[in-house]
Amino acid sequence: MQAETQSAPHHTAHQAHPDDLGFWRTYVFSIDHKVIGVQYAITALTFLLFGFFLMLMMRWQIARPGEPIPIVGSLLAAVLGDVAANGVMSPDLYNSFGAMHGTIMVFLAIVPLAVGAFGNYLVPIQIGANDMAFPKLNMMSYQLYFLGGVIMLTSFFIPGGAAQAGWTSYSPLATSIPTDGQTFWLIGMVFLITSSLLGSVNIITTIIQLRAPGLTWMRLPFHVWAQFTASFLLLLAFPPLETAGILQLMDKLAGTSFFLPTGLAIGGKLADVSGGGSPLLWQHLFWFLAHPEVYVLILPAMGIIAEVIACNTRKPLWGYRSLVYSALMIGFISFLVWAHHMYLTGMGTKIATFFQTTTMIISIPSVIILTCLLISLWGGSIRFNTPMLFALAFLPMFGIGGLTGLPLGFSASDIHLHDTYYVIGHFHYVVAPGTIFALFAGIYFWFPKITGRHMSEYWGRVHFWGSLLFMNLIFMPMFIQGMAGMLRRMSDGAVQYSELRVEGVTGTLSSTIIGLNQFILWAAAGLLLAQIPFIINFFWSIRHGQKVASDNPWEATTLEWQTPTPPPHGNFLRPPQVYRGPYEYSVPGYPKDFVPQDQPPG
Amino acid sequence: MDIPYTVQPRPDTGVYNAKVGMWLFLASEVMLFGGLFSAYILLRVSAPPDTWPQGWLSVPLGTLNTLILALSAITTLMAWAACKARMFDRYKVYQGVTLLLALVFLSIKAYEYRDKLTHYTVTLKDGRIADGHLVSRDDTTVVLDGQFVESRAHLMNPKRHPAKHEEIRISMDEVKRLQNYGPAYNTFTALYFTMSGLHALHILGGMLVFAYLWGPGSRMWKTDPARFTNRVEIAGLFWHFVDLVWIFLFPVLYLT
Repeated sequence: MQAETQSAPHHTAHQAHPDDLGFWRTYVFSIDHKVIGVQYAITALTFLLFGFFLMLMMRWQIARPGEPIPIVGSLLAAVLGDVAANGVMSPDLYNSFGAMHGTIMVFLAIVPLAVGAFGNYLVPIQIGANDMAFPKLNMMSYQLYFLGGVIMLTSFFIPGGAAQAGWTSYSPLATSIPTDGQTFWLIGMVFLITSSLLGSVNIITTIIQLRAPGLTWMRLPFHVWAQFTASFLLLLAFPPLETAGILQLMDKLAGTSFFLPTGLAIGGKLADVSGGGSPLLWQHLFWFLAHPEVYVLILPAMGIIAEVIACNTRKPLWGYRSLVYSALMIGFISFLVWAHHMYLTGMGTKIATFFQTTTMIISIPSVIILTCLLISLWGGSIRFNTPMLFALAFLPMFGIGGLTGLPLGFSASDIHLHDTYYVIGHFHYVVAPGTIFALFAGIYFWFPKITGRHMSEYWGRVHFWGSLLFMNLIFMPMFIQGMAGMLRRMSDGAVQYSELRVEGVTGTLSSTIIGLNQFILWAAAGLLLAQIPFIINFFWSIRHGQKVASDNPWEATTLEWQTPTPPPHGNFLRPPQVYRGPYEYSVPGYPKDFVPQDQPPG
Repeated sequence: MDIPYTVQPRPDTGVYNAKVGMWLFLASEVMLFGGLFSAYILLRVSAPPDTWPQGWLSVPLGTLNTLILALSAITTLMAWAACKARMFDRYKVYQGVTLLLALVFLSIKAYEYRDKLTHYTVTLKDGRIADGHLVSRDDTTVVLDGQFVESRAHLMNPKRHPAKHEEIRISMDEVKRLQNYGPAYNTFTALYFTMSGLHALHILGGMLVFAYLWGPGSRMWKTDPARFTNRVEIAGLFWHFVDLVWIFLFPVLYLT
């Protein structure tokens, strides 16, 4: 009630405010956390689509090696030249696309969307603050991210093309490829790392310092806790990668040998380097970031899911404290598991044993979170709207992703599965139908608050069912291919190891396994089709969607719904005072089934 | 719309925003240099015997630089204390002295770099190795102020194999490989240049901030002295961290 009345009279007065600053300072060099959040969201969604297109072209090459890519083939040949002669993807180009697909998806799409967009937009409002603690720094982190993205994209057009050594950029391979792609990659990464560092400092400081009066730590929405933990991971795990990046840049530009061993031969010739370096050192520094990074991908997603589920079951989250402590546990243990990516490097069985133990331990808090979210559904009066559908699908999809990780976490079974399509299937289940579904849920859920209009429910469902179906059709067959031993980085879709190519040898890949490549290609094309309703729905609804009936259309309890719609500069009309926890749904004795956090007792 | 706790501390946390931000930033810096020191340890313990140089860097110069940074830490603190005591002129003096000390530090560092970059090892086609500082070099001959050594292992410890200084003239036709003691020379010089270079960049960054607070930024003193004092304190926190990194770098690079 209170929310409905507060928006109408003040709406116009506050909307006039940003116009005072002019176009550039309102939309481009804005220091308002909400504008920056939306900037992050639009940029990251664009990169998400771009990364997906890279993969579509690669899937064509995998399924039909050596055939010209339809539709975009001639364009590629015109723009990129020899590497895509006649529209056919060369192995070099395939390697570039593979490396850049991973880099773009992780560092330019999902983390900026999860932490940059949702963290920036929601965290200050959910804690009742009027902005981030350091608004100018916030603007700078977006701009650094944008510049990093520009550098990464530019690298496609330099002679030799973009980086080719995978998103993991293992040395000495990354250093010895004689093109400049890797240098661009490293410089781009320095920008992206600096950006997320400033961003995480900002988010953590905001949460520590700017919580509204009465908003104690245990009254924070779980999403805020998730962003808090994820930001700590970014803060502490990224710098070692920056170190590694600097060292690899020195290897590349100054001729040092940090990661180049003595006696290194490139192309059959002894390399002209001083040697004495350690390739394993790169992997340690890289995975020290990259494993916490996967929890940066998943924690904000869990936070979003928790908000959507609590609101749409109309009951409190089951085990709020367990959720919070589990998130913190995940954050802590994620620094102790990195070498489970390195069982096959020969680092020793004792070390492998340690890391497989910590890996099994970290699965416990993840399971606790998933279990809490699952039990939260029990006895709820569930509203099956689009955000809730995505949230419900997240649970089993993330479950599949998590459970298929266990065989990779054990060093013995990892020997067979390492570097196969099984690994691809595993982490894509975590990130694609896991995190990306959560991000979709978040977009559908908070869209009415950000724009004042709903996205179309019908097309949302079309988007959901299409995505759910095709995601599974893409990634499920990869488990089968991986268990059959199909390696992950083959530019010809592993045809060279098929029974057609090498007859009469046991252990070759059967035609069925190779044939799955065709199946996955068409499933990927279907996934593209399934995204079209989302893209149209997203832009169409900004102007033409159904208007929200009140400031709190989902009848939610947390503070972001107690603001005008869309929230003005400064967010709240009056500084909020918090009196209760985040999920007081269906509390007996109240006239409505939700009690906002800022509603005084009585 | 004002963001709270930019100047006054928040009662329940006891700190103002920028201080939290700086501590968090320093935590990430610890991880950054932590990564570098880990790399140092891993590369050093896995180096084969007689390949790790000792005593290549000048301990007197390193000690001098350590003292200079220690002194600058004191002047930084005094600058902040002067602000707290509302003595702006004294602040200007201490901040100015800090800047000068930092400049001296960087000058000494530059001198040390120059010394290494003009130090050459020449491998001749007949297998002999000459080592010394470059006197002159043109298309036909290279002149070094140094000595011929039996093996590279002798270069690793100048104390055990003291260097002689005589003029060596080598025809360029005889030269197989000519290397200065730059980052590409060996793992030690690579680590030395990277670690002390990154540290020097931090010194430079700190100097830029100090120069701003000493010059144009000090106008804030007239409008908001409390906030200005906070800025001096935050910049000082960063400076102390940079000093602390040197306290680790000095023994690791110079003394061991």
